[in-house]
Amino acid sequence: MVMQVTFNLNGKQVSASVEPRLTLGDCIRHTFAQTGTHIGCEHGVCGACTVIVDGDPVRSCLMLAVQAEGSEVTTVEGLSNDEYLTPLQQSFRTHHALQCGFCTPGFITTAHAFLTKEPDATEERVREVLSGNVCRCTGYLGIVEAVLAAQPAYRK
Amino acid sequence: MVRTPLIGQPIERIEDLRLLRGKGCYVDDIQRPGLLHAAISRSSIAHGIIKSIDVSAAKEVDGVHLVLTAKDLPQPTPTVPIRLFPNEKMIPLCQPVLAEKKVRYVGEPLAIVIAETPASAEDALELIYADIEQLEAISTTDDNRALLFDNLDTNCGLVYYFKKGDMTGIFESADYTRSEKFHVHRHTGVTMETRGVVSEWDAEKGKITSWGAVKVPFANRRILASLMNLREESVEMIEGDAGGSFGVRGEFFPEDFLVPHCARILNRPVKWIEDRREHLLAVSHARDADCVLEIACRKDGRILGMRADIKTNVGAYFRPTTAITPRNLGQFVLGPYRVPGYEASVSAMHSNKSPSGTYRGPGRYEADFFRERLFDLVAKDLNIDRVEFRRRNLLREDELPCAFPSVEPNPVLTELDSGAYEEVLDICLKEVKWDEKQHLQGQLVDGLYHGLAIACFVEGGAAGPRENAKVVLESDGTVSIYVGSSAVGQGLQTILMQIAADELELPLEKLRLFHGSTTYVKEGFGSFHSRSTVMGGNAIMLAATELKRQILEAAAEIMQCSANEVTYQDGIVIAENGSSVALEAIADRKLSYEASFANTKHTYTYGSHAVHLTVDPETGRVTILDYIAVEDAGRIINPLTLHGQGIGAIVQGLGGTLLENLVYGEDGQMLSASLADYLLPLATDFPNIRSISVELRRSPNHPLGAKGAGEGGTIPAGGLIANAVAAALESLGVQPLQLPLTPDRVWLMIQDAELARSTAAASVA
Amino acid sequence: MKMPKFEYASPNSVEEAVRLLAENEGSKVLSGGQSLLPILAFRLNYPSLLVDLKNVDGLSGIHIGPEDVRLGGRVRWCQIGDDKRLEAAHPLLVSVISNVAHYQIRNRGTVGGSLAHGDPAAEMPGFAVACDCTLTAVGSGGARKIAAGDFYTGALETVLEPDEIITELSIPKWPVDRRWGFQEFSQRKGDFAIAGVTVFYDHNPKGEIQDAHVGVIGAASVPMRLQEVENLLNGNRLTGELVAAAKECALRVVDPMEDSQISANYRRSLVGTLLSRVLNGTAGH
Repeated sequence: MVMQVTFNLNGKQVSASVEPRLTLGDCIRHTFAQTGTHIGCEHGVCGACTVIVDGDPVRSCLMLAVQAEGSEVTTVEGLSNDEYLTPLQQSFRTHHALQCGFCTPGFITTAHAFLTKEPDATEERVREVLSGNVCRCTGYLGIVEAVLAAQPAYRK
Repeated sequence: MVRTPLIGQPIERIEDLRLLRGKGCYVDDIQRPGLLHAAISRSSIAHGIIKSIDVSAAKEVDGVHLVLTAKDLPQPTPTVPIRLFPNEKMIPLCQPVLAEKKVRYVGEPLAIVIAETPASAEDALELIYADIEQLEAISTTDDNRALLFDNLDTNCGLVYYFKKGDMTGIFESADYTRSEKFHVHRHTGVTMETRGVVSEWDAEKGKITSWGAVKVPFANRRILASLMNLREESVEMIEGDAGGSFGVRGEFFPEDFLVPHCARILNRPVKWIEDRREHLLAVSHARDADCVLEIACRKDGRILGMRADIKTNVGAYFRPTTAITPRNLGQFVLGPYRVPGYEASVSAMHSNKSPSGTYRGPGRYEADFFRERLFDLVAKDLNIDRVEFRRRNLLREDELPCAFPSVEPNPVLTELDSGAYEEVLDICLKEVKWDEKQHLQGQLVDGLYHGLAIACFVEGGAAGPRENAKVVLESDGTVSIYVGSSAVGQGLQTILMQIAADELELPLEKLRLFHGSTTYVKEGFGSFHSRSTVMGGNAIMLAATELKRQILEAAAEIMQCSANEVTYQDGIVIAENGSSVALEAIADRKLSYEASFANTKHTYTYGSHAVHLTVDPETGRVTILDYIAVEDAGRIINPLTLHGQGIGAIVQGLGGTLLENLVYGEDGQMLSASLADYLLPLATDFPNIRSISVELRRSPNHPLGAKGAGEGGTIPAGGLIANAVAAALESLGVQPLQLPLTPDRVWLMIQDAELARSTAAASVA
Repeated sequence: MKMPKFEYASPNSVEEAVRLLAENEGSKVLSGGQSLLPILAFRLNYPSLLVDLKNVDGLSGIHIGPEDVRLGGRVRWCQIGDDKRLEAAHPLLVSVISNVAHYQIRNRGTVGGSLAHGDPAAEMPGFAVACDCTLTAVGSGGARKIAAGDFYTGALETVLEPDEIITELSIPKWPVDRRWGFQEFSQRKGDFAIAGVTVFYDHNPKGEIQDAHVGVIGAASVPMRLQEVENLLNGNRLTGELVAAAKECALRVVDPMEDSQISANYRRSLVGTLLSRVLNGTAGH
């Protein structure tokens, strides 16, 4: 069985014919060649594949591509531009919140959505939210500092 | 104008500009025209004799192009060779790229399927029927119910022997001796990116190109060329971005042959990406060792001698780096301490578990657990303060350099280079507020027992033999640097560019760095054993020095004076008469130089860690209140990235000690085959850790003066946490001798200690 | 870990969904997918057809009424966290659900999905049993109401028919002066509980415990109430002795599972520890 799926990916309408079993993560990466989102476990634990669907950060390995029909999907590419680093990205860089970079897009999307909703969170709350993303390199300290330091940019 | 050196500055990483935007190129990001996908059929039986493997149904699946078993490979079946410290005894213990007569671990590759999509390749796997006669599966080092190798009457693959000083009469005449048995459990690196390889065959040129090479591309090229019967020049390994290594990934695995082999047969590019369940089964496992450790002391606590009988469980086969762990185990038991007499044997024992390799601080994490744990037990017996016990036994500066114990077979002479061990210990004690907190030792406060501990360690780095770097003055006046070191996420690019920038006196914007791929330099040795800053950095310095000489010569010619009348400063050549020439003016001469830096002397970073933790006696939960790591890295190139390595290494050490465990069942089934079972540390687990790096003593062994750092954070964690738990639960009589210290295990120790106490009380009554 | 092949449908109504389930043997409901999709990734199940509820309206509401709080089958964990009315209407629900999984999962995982999946260590089934909730299931035989206490028959096993969908969970009204507490124990934040205990009770005019509910998860193959402990608590004032007696009773009656990593004895001990900690915590409210 193949089905047509159409959704908005980083501001652009995209459409493809896919098997229902294709995950949203694999669809973004291979059907639409946006490889910024990474696949770390395929069973919903590591968070590397996090993308934003209709404003909510979700694990793209735990969503079928066909479930994204009609939705707005934002990946790390949609939160980036070529000219400058966004405040969140610059904060990650300044606080050395990445080493190998594999988990980083998942942290960027999660942090962006979280900071948008809760720009005044405590450090404890930041750690709680980030506990849904695994990093093996940094030990999390730099990431937590980076997210806290990015808060001013998200406050109105 | 005086240029500010970049070495020593917390330069923001150049790599981040790509990685933060999702523009990294990891192996699964690679697309090639006509790409096919591979899947590996893996044994679900831990130990057995292969009667047949029926792939006929798999071959019929729509979209399948090829299915191979060992029978289809060139005979004899290729095996994965040993990279480090090869020894002829290891030859029969090497892994065949596909299982042929026997399977020896759950996860062992039985067949490879090439299909149009990864999903259809996996569909085909389900139609492969392996008829395997099951044999007894063994998982511990003392289990002899089955033998893994027909030509061996034991499961012991190899024994290493270590010796230092003269042991005659030491134990017989000592004031005090003690012997204890310890165990460290199996766990491993678990990189965020699983392994993968893309291979493409150019039939016209007779050349194979593989992407996804990481850590040791040149060594892997040599191996692949040999296995594919190609000249090295016909094999290219391209390094892109890698999602971590930690030692476990990047060595040569069966798939690193199978995928290019299939690409050549089909004349189509082939991609294989390991999934997470496979990763937990198939990437190198680590740790898992048993030790009987004995010590002989004077009654003032000074150590006279130590003896160790260690068995390390290396799993089903000898991997390219398997030798490192037993060698380190034997050599690093002594750490930074003065031990006049020492002898040890370390046996690499085979079992029906996934084969082991090196993982951050290989053998050292285990050795430090055995040693530091025994030290606290001994200090308690002798009624000596545990810090004082360490002070009395730490090597003094005037005792360095100090030779390591000798090792046989494949001997290597190495010595602790430089260090102010006690000074760093004092810094650590101050940072954790050791004296102020001693009143909490073993106290029950609000239902939690408090414990503090301290540990001292050394970390080896900068393995030789060589590293290469090439510098090229480009036509636009910029300099391209090519280096054989590999980037595995550690910030290599930025660090090496800082070194290059200072040597060439140029800003970062005028430099470009290319790493790892075999296309860049004639020879390379990669990133492992915390070597790249030292080896790659020194190679760059050598190459840059020579390039500057060539620049001076060329500029002198242009300015029509002699080379000794000109000087190089900040990218400009200035003559004594005041005229000058910029690099751009010389750039058309295509100046370049490839240098090779050789090193036989390792560097030894060292330090002390301290911890203050609590134990909830009712649940067994261990909570870290404060964790301090202090490390002397000799010379810090980039404090920002070094600090990141420190914190990351500590969290891996704590994860390994308190959360992670590769658990095997009775029949050799690996039970921790998902991230819901193998628990990795999360942002909420260890929030209270600090890593402090100091520059007290440079390495005297090479011009850069830095010491390889990156594994130190992990090495002492096991022994440290166990000692702190023992201190916390001293009143309950709990003395951990095994890891991990998961809540259920700590709880069980408390129950057992309670039972032992009440039994003893009852027998007295 | 690519999933096996299956067909997919996203009907617009409960009736249509039920019809698809009834007519396709081996079909399964897809709600949040946070439990089902990992199972498919590990190829532990081979559904013929996934019936996605994403386009079925009317299942995502949280209704707070005079007699009960009703959660639609497709209510997500994040909705429960975000609905400020629930802090007063059912503080225990808010507390329990705050322990579920992680940030991203909470944006997709649903009440109905968790109830139907029936993981013995999951918070929602435990909550439903502890609070005497009623599930509404709709199948080709029509709608029926099932008491949560009757719903679970084993680990990952429920009385749900293959063509039934959980459309609603009804939670009995929560008296404002009720004493309550919930604690679970897991190795890391967000993991499934190794054990979890819910306690709530009211006071009679004499200040004695009445209508005690003691719910336990993770300690058996199904979420359960410990009736012997409840009987021991009812009619008594909360004292240190009562807590100790309740703990001792729980240790006696609970019969935990043993698995390769965690022993039954440890789970049992945790149940006792959590029970006494939760009971002591209720003294403060």
